[in-house]
Amino acid sequence: MTETVQRLSTAPEPVGPPRRSASPLVVVRRWWRVLTSMRTALVLLFLLAVAAVPGSLLPQRSLNQGKVSAYYAEHPDLAPVLDRLSMFDVFSSPWFAAIYLLLFVSLIGCVVPRTRMHYRAMRQPPPPVPSRLDRLPQSASLDRDESPAAVADDAAAILRRGHWRVVRRDVGETVELSAEKGYLREIGNLAFHAALVALLFGLAFGKLSGYEGQILVEEGAGFCNTFQQYDTYRNGPFADAGSLTPLCADLDRFSVEYEENLTPSRFLADLTYTRELGGPASAYPLEVNSPLRTDGIRLYLTGHGFSPRFTITYPDGSAFTDISAPFLPEDQSTLASSGAIKLPDRPGGDGTQLAIEGFFVPTAAEFGDNQLVSVDPRPQNPAVAIVVYEGSIGLDSGAAQNVFALDQRQIDRGALERVGAGNLLVGQSLELPDGTEIRFEGYKQWAALQLSHDPGQLTVLVASVVMLLGLLCSLVVRRRRVWLRCRVSDDVVSRPGDPAAGAATGDPAADGDASSRTVVDVGGLARADSGGQGPGSFGSEFAALVQQFSEKDAGKD
Amino acid sequence: MAVNDSLAALADTAFTGSVVVYSVAVVGFAGEYAFGRRGRVARTSEEQTATAVGGSDRAGTATATAVGSGQRLGALGLGCTVIGAALQVLSLVLRGVATDRVPWGNMFEFACAAVLVTVLSFLWLVWQAPAFRHIGVFVLIPALFVLVYAGLILYAEAEPLVAALRSYWLAIHVAAAITATGIFMLSFVVTVLYLIRQRYERGVIEDGSMPRMIAGLGPRLPAAAVLDRLSYRTVAFAFPIWTFAVIAGAIWAESAWGRFWGWDPKETWALIAWLVYACYLHARATAGWKGVKAARINLLGFFAMTFNFLIVNMVVSGLHSYSGLT
Repeated sequence: MTETVQRLSTAPEPVGPPRRSASPLVVVRRWWRVLTSMRTALVLLFLLAVAAVPGSLLPQRSLNQGKVSAYYAEHPDLAPVLDRLSMFDVFSSPWFAAIYLLLFVSLIGCVVPRTRMHYRAMRQPPPPVPSRLDRLPQSASLDRDESPAAVADDAAAILRRGHWRVVRRDVGETVELSAEKGYLREIGNLAFHAALVALLFGLAFGKLSGYEGQILVEEGAGFCNTFQQYDTYRNGPFADAGSLTPLCADLDRFSVEYEENLTPSRFLADLTYTRELGGPASAYPLEVNSPLRTDGIRLYLTGHGFSPRFTITYPDGSAFTDISAPFLPEDQSTLASSGAIKLPDRPGGDGTQLAIEGFFVPTAAEFGDNQLVSVDPRPQNPAVAIVVYEGSIGLDSGAAQNVFALDQRQIDRGALERVGAGNLLVGQSLELPDGTEIRFEGYKQWAALQLSHDPGQLTVLVASVVMLLGLLCSLVVRRRRVWLRCRVSDDVVSRPGDPAAGAATGDPAADGDASSRTVVDVGGLARADSGGQGPGSFGSEFAALVQQFSEKDAGKD
Repeated sequence: MAVNDSLAALADTAFTGSVVVYSVAVVGFAGEYAFGRRGRVARTSEEQTATAVGGSDRAGTATATAVGSGQRLGALGLGCTVIGAALQVLSLVLRGVATDRVPWGNMFEFACAAVLVTVLSFLWLVWQAPAFRHIGVFVLIPALFVLVYAGLILYAEAEPLVAALRSYWLAIHVAAAITATGIFMLSFVVTVLYLIRQRYERGVIEDGSMPRMIAGLGPRLPAAAVLDRLSYRTVAFAFPIWTFAVIAGAIWAESAWGRFWGWDPKETWALIAWLVYACYLHARATAGWKGVKAARINLLGFFAMTFNFLIVNMVVSGLHSYSGLT
């Protein structure tokens, strides 16, 4: 028990790298010792911190695919090289995983033997009294008028009341007490590291068995928790996409409240949901910071916007009514949004389609021929600017399309031809050259919803709490020992001979016979990084103990 | 909820007042540092060393006998520090009342509150061991710098919070982050002083060479052992708070963003800072890493904290975009 005890973490003695010419087993064991050494853990810890840096500075696919594409466009030469190094997926990259897995192996390799060691240490009695107590960092000497046995009984009672582990050893007439306290420090330390491992497992389990789906839902519409319905969906390899927890939800109404300065103060999506098909429906006011939690799944409100509504009437009188599509906000403060509407084949036509590219503003300030400016996120004077195309949208090709924009290639290659453009207020129409009328009917609001399932969350939460508690114990609790040697005084003068006895508070009224006088040598040792300063330090605790030892124990009952 | 403009204006006045009063405090502390009787400060240093080794409870209390102009300046510095801190508290409270929310909703308010924590920790330290007054000038100069920077660059009008921030976790998570940041800043200052003193001690005490350059500040600083211990204890105090701040942030993120951890740049840098400070705590207990090497890791930890606050908020975009800057 030398320096290892003082360490915050858990390595055995530092060791050098393996020497050559040894049997494979010996080599493995040496490398194991290197891996589990404190120094290696320190380097790995530091490496992990450094490795996380590019993940925070470079765009990450897991956060924003669009930014990665933009980076590719800006740095066409550098990006592929970075990509090969997994720089756009740092946190799921093999090298990042290698660092933290090595770190955790190293950590486990430390925690396990140290747990065993500490378990044994806790069962062992505190070590016997050193021969020279005055050489310890804390020491004192005092004398009492009772016999050594009685004094020791007193002191032992005091120590036990303070939750010290006390062992008494009688050596002839001399009685020695060894007391130890603060085992919680190492327990906390071990719990902290064990909880880190549990946290990693919870994290991994959640990622492997969880899933997450995102969907935009317009007012009046709804969705069910099946992966086919989501706009984006991902699940871990252990999650069964075919049997997701049943839940259907409808968005009845969406509203936003604003402060005077147009800061949004509240987003509210009024939902009606059922847990099983045809089951009882419940209402839930879904808000930011207040997800719907049911059956281990969580439903979040993550965004909102507008869907302009149109009616398209063809010259032959046939019409598409109430056509709408969600537009994406380009400016969060004014909610000016852009999007596209892709219509089905013209009824009874030649297989061509109309497509509308548009820009929606909730409150148009200046409304002229070519100006459309949004000044307010609230829909007070909604307007759209649209460009209408005719031809083949290109959905039949099977290639995935961005629902918020037309395929520019179709326009470039002439498959989509521009047939009209205009700015419309609610109720206004644009007439195309062929007599088709496009009427701006108004808007619906949509909410972006996210449904998540992460079965590892609770483990992670519990592990974090244990981590924090363990950390507090390991930093606050001090492992310390106190020794007492109560011996019959060989000095009949009333003062003990030890000049170093600063804390001695011998009873001045003592004039009993010399044989019942007891000299008590006390020594103390705290084994922690923080030494003997300040209130609550071991120095003051020791002084208080010595003070208690010097008086006849009154707290006994 | 409308903002009470007159209270907000009063809060700004109190902020300006705190900057002015802290400036006076810097002058006072600097005066004491420069003109205080050399023997006294040096004696204090020695006593602190003795305290560090021997373990008595108060450092340097016994020297409070000699009253010179230096000491009067020091007392002025300390008094102004207390008044400045009170003005800062007033400013934050007024802002909170004016906007009817906790007064740490943007970068300006965060920076002010963190500086307040630094100053209050310093005052607590002086309360515990009056001799630490001598490092006052080194605590207040960076504090003042941050406040001026906050007032000039980060300043944001008192405004209501966006919907996403309206959660009781704002009070918990951000308060913990502010507390940890403020104490880490104190630890940073103490560590810098430790490195200076260390260089001085190695030069002068070991081979008797005259202190040159930055080590010239050394003679009047507390002993390296004292500074080293103090920087450790401040980190040991702030580290669990920072851990709690990160955990609380994760709990809040789970209910606000749909996941408890998503490698958002802010989260990532919070983890980086956490890892670096964990490194520091481990290094302090590892042979060959104690002392100067460990101290450098401490500096790196505060660098990560600063980077997380400034660069991640202003340059890197992420979910934590509540800087209040336009």
